[in-house]
Amino acid sequence: MKNNNDMNQSVVSQPDVIVMQPETPMQKTLSWIFENKVMLMFVALCVGAVAVSGNTVGFVLGNVLVRFGRNGFTVLSLLIPVLAGMGLNFSIVIGAIAAQTGLFFAVDWGLTGMTGMLVAFLITTPLTMLFGFGVGRLFNKMKGAEMIAGLILGFFADGLYQLFFLYILGGLLPVRTNNLIIPGGIGIKNTIDLTGNMKYALDLVKLVDLLLVLVALLAVIAVIQTVVRLKNKQSLPLKTLILLVLVALVYGLTFVPGLSDYFRTDRLPLVNAIEMGMAMAIVYALWKIIANRVNPDKRFKLGRYLIIVAVAVGLFALTYVPFFYDVIKSSSIAVLPFALIAGLCVFNQVFLSTRLGQNMRTVGQSQVIANASGIHVDRVRVIAMIMSTVLAGWGQLIYLQNLGTFATYGAHLQVGQFAIAALLVGGASVQKATNKQAITGIILFHTLFIVAPEAGAKLFNNAMIGEYFRVFVSYGVIALSLAMHAWQRKKKPELELPK
Amino acid sequence: MDGPPILSMKGISKEYFGNRVLKDVDLVVGPGEIHALVGENGAGKSTLMNILFGMPVIHTTGGFEGEVEIAGQAVKIMNPHEAMDHGIGMVHQEFMLIPDFTIAENIKVGREIGTPTVFSKILGPSMDILDREAMSRDAKKALSRIGMNIEDYVKVAGLPIGYKQFVEIAREIDKTGIKLLVFDEPTAVLAESEAERLLEIMKLIADQGIAIIFITHRLDEVMAIADSLTILRDGELVERSSTRDMTVVEIAAKMIGRKVERLVDLGDTCRVCDQENVALELNNFSVDMPGEQVKGMNASVYKGEIFGFGGLAGQGKIGIINGIMGLFPAEGDALVFGEKLRLERLGDALKHDVAFVSEDRRGVGLLLNESIERNIVFSAMQVHNQFLRRIGPMKMINRKKAKKHAIDMIKLLDIRCTGPQQKTGSLSGGNQQKVCLARALTLNPKILVVAEPTRGIDIGAKKLVLEHLVKMNVDEGMTIVIISSELVELRSICDRIAIVSEGKVEEILPPDASDAAFGLAMSGMSLAGVEGEVKDE
Amino acid sequence: MSNAKQTIQRIGWPRLIIALFFILLIVVSPFMGLKLSDVFSDVLRRWSMFGILILAMVPGVQSGIGLNFGVSLGIVAGLIGSTTAIELSFQHGSPRPWTDLGFALLIAIPIAALLGLVYGMLLNRVKGSEMTVSTYVGFSVIALSNIVWLLLPYKSGVLIWPIAGEGMRNTINLEESFGGLLSNPAVVEKMPTALRWLAFEVGGVVVPFGMILFFLFMCLAVWLFLRSKKGIAMSAAGENELFTRSNAIDVNQMRILGTVLSTVLGAIGIIMYAQVFGFLQLYNAPLMMGFQCVAAVLIGGATTRRASVTNVIVGALLFQGILTTSLPVIKRLMPSGSTLSEVVRIIISNGIILYALSKTKGGNQIEK
Repeated sequence: MKNNNDMNQSVVSQPDVIVMQPETPMQKTLSWIFENKVMLMFVALCVGAVAVSGNTVGFVLGNVLVRFGRNGFTVLSLLIPVLAGMGLNFSIVIGAIAAQTGLFFAVDWGLTGMTGMLVAFLITTPLTMLFGFGVGRLFNKMKGAEMIAGLILGFFADGLYQLFFLYILGGLLPVRTNNLIIPGGIGIKNTIDLTGNMKYALDLVKLVDLLLVLVALLAVIAVIQTVVRLKNKQSLPLKTLILLVLVALVYGLTFVPGLSDYFRTDRLPLVNAIEMGMAMAIVYALWKIIANRVNPDKRFKLGRYLIIVAVAVGLFALTYVPFFYDVIKSSSIAVLPFALIAGLCVFNQVFLSTRLGQNMRTVGQSQVIANASGIHVDRVRVIAMIMSTVLAGWGQLIYLQNLGTFATYGAHLQVGQFAIAALLVGGASVQKATNKQAITGIILFHTLFIVAPEAGAKLFNNAMIGEYFRVFVSYGVIALSLAMHAWQRKKKPELELPK
Repeated sequence: MDGPPILSMKGISKEYFGNRVLKDVDLVVGPGEIHALVGENGAGKSTLMNILFGMPVIHTTGGFEGEVEIAGQAVKIMNPHEAMDHGIGMVHQEFMLIPDFTIAENIKVGREIGTPTVFSKILGPSMDILDREAMSRDAKKALSRIGMNIEDYVKVAGLPIGYKQFVEIAREIDKTGIKLLVFDEPTAVLAESEAERLLEIMKLIADQGIAIIFITHRLDEVMAIADSLTILRDGELVERSSTRDMTVVEIAAKMIGRKVERLVDLGDTCRVCDQENVALELNNFSVDMPGEQVKGMNASVYKGEIFGFGGLAGQGKIGIINGIMGLFPAEGDALVFGEKLRLERLGDALKHDVAFVSEDRRGVGLLLNESIERNIVFSAMQVHNQFLRRIGPMKMINRKKAKKHAIDMIKLLDIRCTGPQQKTGSLSGGNQQKVCLARALTLNPKILVVAEPTRGIDIGAKKLVLEHLVKMNVDEGMTIVIISSELVELRSICDRIAIVSEGKVEEILPPDASDAAFGLAMSGMSLAGVEGEVKDE
Repeated sequence: MSNAKQTIQRIGWPRLIIALFFILLIVVSPFMGLKLSDVFSDVLRRWSMFGILILAMVPGVQSGIGLNFGVSLGIVAGLIGSTTAIELSFQHGSPRPWTDLGFALLIAIPIAALLGLVYGMLLNRVKGSEMTVSTYVGFSVIALSNIVWLLLPYKSGVLIWPIAGEGMRNTINLEESFGGLLSNPAVVEKMPTALRWLAFEVGGVVVPFGMILFFLFMCLAVWLFLRSKKGIAMSAAGENELFTRSNAIDVNQMRILGTVLSTVLGAIGIIMYAQVFGFLQLYNAPLMMGFQCVAAVLIGGATTRRASVTNVIVGALLFQGILTTSLPVIKRLMPSGSTLSEVVRIIISNGIILYALSKTKGGNQIEK
């Protein structure tokens, strides 16, 4: 930040140059450890528990991948409210409730597969938007108490949901499918089986189908853009067109005999996923490096992209080591859920650089400043809640289709609890949460969930201990995080500004 | 001055609940003019600015009278955003900056530049992708306009305080069509060298044709850079003049000047103060109270006198008593009748028979949900174990005694209420103040410290409270310390008045000292010093 | 007109609706074929049963820690005391109900006090977010206690699963122990005549007289405490921290005092609850109990900042009354609606908490 060539028009004496002390590598490491202490603690706990439990790493990995695909989307739906300064959104339970309502009607109307999911999606989305709007409005009346209010609101909504499913459906509102109703009564049964209609409806979408949809979507956008631009006598939308050609090329690859297996399996084997990931990482890195050549930026760090390539290649190379191959050979990933999770990660990132995203950040940092800068604070907060609730609803749809059966009165209860615990385990806090933390958190939290009962059984001769321990962890990590947040806030009182 | 003035406020009057706070005030500022707005606390400066910015507090209390013109056009500003649209900006005393944002982000906050995307065609400009390069360009331009050279992608968090102020200014400058900038006590938080630099920057901005309203209590700064000034006193316009035509002594005198009616007749000489017997002594006394810092203060209060601490808000006079009572961390020595207080121990002052009536009646002085009776006896009960009755191991409140005492106090101080059981929250300000006073008197203190005794209470009650303080002093020999922003009331009853500036006692003056002496002391200068300088020239 | 409006505003709409609904249920129940005496018996029983747990809210609120969702701490202490007392009797060889009750209290109270102390110290560090933190501390403590129930090396057959089971039972029958000592006429009948007044029937209404007396005694104790020097100081700490500090009172100490009292009352409360109920419920049964207590005291007219003994007595009556009377009425109306009462409980209790939160936060921010 030191700058010696004074500007000509400057008549003001320059203040002393501020020198930012560069950190030594030792300090850097220490502060990194300090910042990530929660995450590191759980890494140690997970490694220990896996070792004690006697489960093979391959088994754990396979299960973690399943649970990642199942829960990942919901956890990521928590990020936006954190950004907007509304803390951990305990009220995503409401999104889950809406999704269950949508899915229930899809089942009731006898729909199956993608059609069923699509209908459930079409019911869920407006419902979650409406709910999110309401929650946002309510939170605006309880600024500073969003978390406790969200928690209570979740319970309250659960009561209304039970009322609706137990007494209104089948009673006031007739239900088509009789075997969904409690025998000899009104209200909906305790469990709804999705086997044969919507189980795995999203999980089993093949990569090739996904690509086709992508091509179609891009084509439509390209056509619209071209028409609009030609009308306005502007240049062609080159970026979109190049992207379209690229994706179409990849789609073309699916017809190459050797490669078509890749794209046409139900679930992508992890080995292949790693290969594909490597290819994508290399392309991404090259793209960035070339882009920088064309349009240099002094903050560009070449090393970063070289490391990405190195890691990708290294990971790929590992698949040829017999030990690692054994670990990953039987694991596979569900294509669409993982693609959606990746998409949501990208969305969260891109959203940050939109005007709305920036406004949300401002609101999250200081409502007073946001208001003084002409940002409509309450409106931004409501939008944040709508987005989070909608995403949580979609997350619950992904979750339920993977589970294949849903407990009508239980599936939503722990949604907020577990998603928030997972996010916090990854090192997030009430004020700051990133994609990276969410992903780390899901992996760690679910590893612990998978192995805790058996670790408990091995250590204490009692599987229930492990079971209870993991429940304790999920509550405890939230309690800890909330307490630390409150503690820090008290130690360093927030910058209070005059109205 | 060519063309119409940038800002012209004519005949501005404002009333809050029947209380006239501005009477027919004019304020005119031309392009490139640095115009100082000076006056004591409560002179009407902030109300005038609130009107200029269209703050909700003005419009929810019935608006104002008078006309506002910007660049010759009559305008009606209904909210701060409209003020912004008219090209009026404000540099706040406390920075409106987000520490975690970069300088560029802070400069462009709420006015980000974006490029439209596919989605913004459907969902509106909120889906634009930010054009960080353009934002950075703008930020650089604004910074260079005030002669600053700093990378715009640095986070604000680590910047020295002076830099933050400059970022704040750059943000206002960056607003398109900015015509008028208001600086509200901008040098209050700055070190001396930073303050000098700020004044240079203000000149630089004015040279670009932007009008500046400079609100400050430092008269030397006014003399240094302001082209002209407006003096307000008690909501009235006292003077609009060019700075060249006035001396600092004249300004100070005009700020203060008003008739003072003594409530205590001093006679020809000062009342005999027992100078041997010091009731309260402060040696190098510092208090860390946010917004009211005391920095190494020395003062002595003699037994049996009425001593006043005056000065402008935020200069530290309120911090003194909060430090003595142990409510905020304090350092240095505070002696009560020669005994050193243990400041780290909560309530040590209470044990030394110092009682305190807080400036913040509703926040500190009262339990608003409790009865008058409970409030009056609370301190004596907790500190001196009075009004209690032992039942087994428990010390229970003695309601009979408490009630009797409360009724006595209600009579003594003429507290208007439905009875001792009325909740204090439903009393008027003056009666609340009397309850606070009653609670302090119940402690039977040797020294009574009253902060802002008459803030927010009507004239009748004001006089009664002050008279009662004097009576306590005369009849019972109680040493009384009054801390007040209202110089008039200090001058009406005090034997000596210490003017506090920047956390220190600037000067101790007799109540009949000249207006100029008081005015100068408040802005951190002494009359003797200024007159000395004049003679030197 | 405006007078009526003011009265309504003072009572508060939700409270008024609940009270009217309660009265309506009582009026309706005879027409639904229910015996009024049964209805009153149930109401009295549940009122006295929950009373002390709800009373535990008062010191918490008054000392400024807000609605103590973490009363679970006291509940766990009470459960540890009760199970330990039963185990001691088992090792002694014969059932001894009164000793069990005494020991349960004697063991539970110091544990609760200790937990309350630590908990109070934690709450002092998280000022301003007590409710969020205490909710999750409450949850965590219940989850942790689950592990405790598995690990406590107790041998009594009443406590542990009969064969090859792990740890303690979910529900522990107190028939052999202190179940019904102060409340159940069938139990009291076997006692000496001098104690027969503990529970009796009047015109078909079962009066758990001993329990009611104990509840009212605890209420009186708390009422008296709030009028003592310490109690007044504690209440002041909860109302106005700065005022209290300016009177040389250590606010943090007062908050710890309130937390300890609240936790101890929670422990006593759960023991008395189990005594009337006849069973101890371990594991996740007490998870949401804190919410019920909070809801009840709010229905009684408390706010997040002020609560009185009257609020407790009224709140317990309204909240528990409405739950007990609605169940049989609903059963008559729709035979399959057995869980509707539970649903109503969830909606009412969380609804009233939300209402109270919206009244304290946001709305008052400007006023303060």
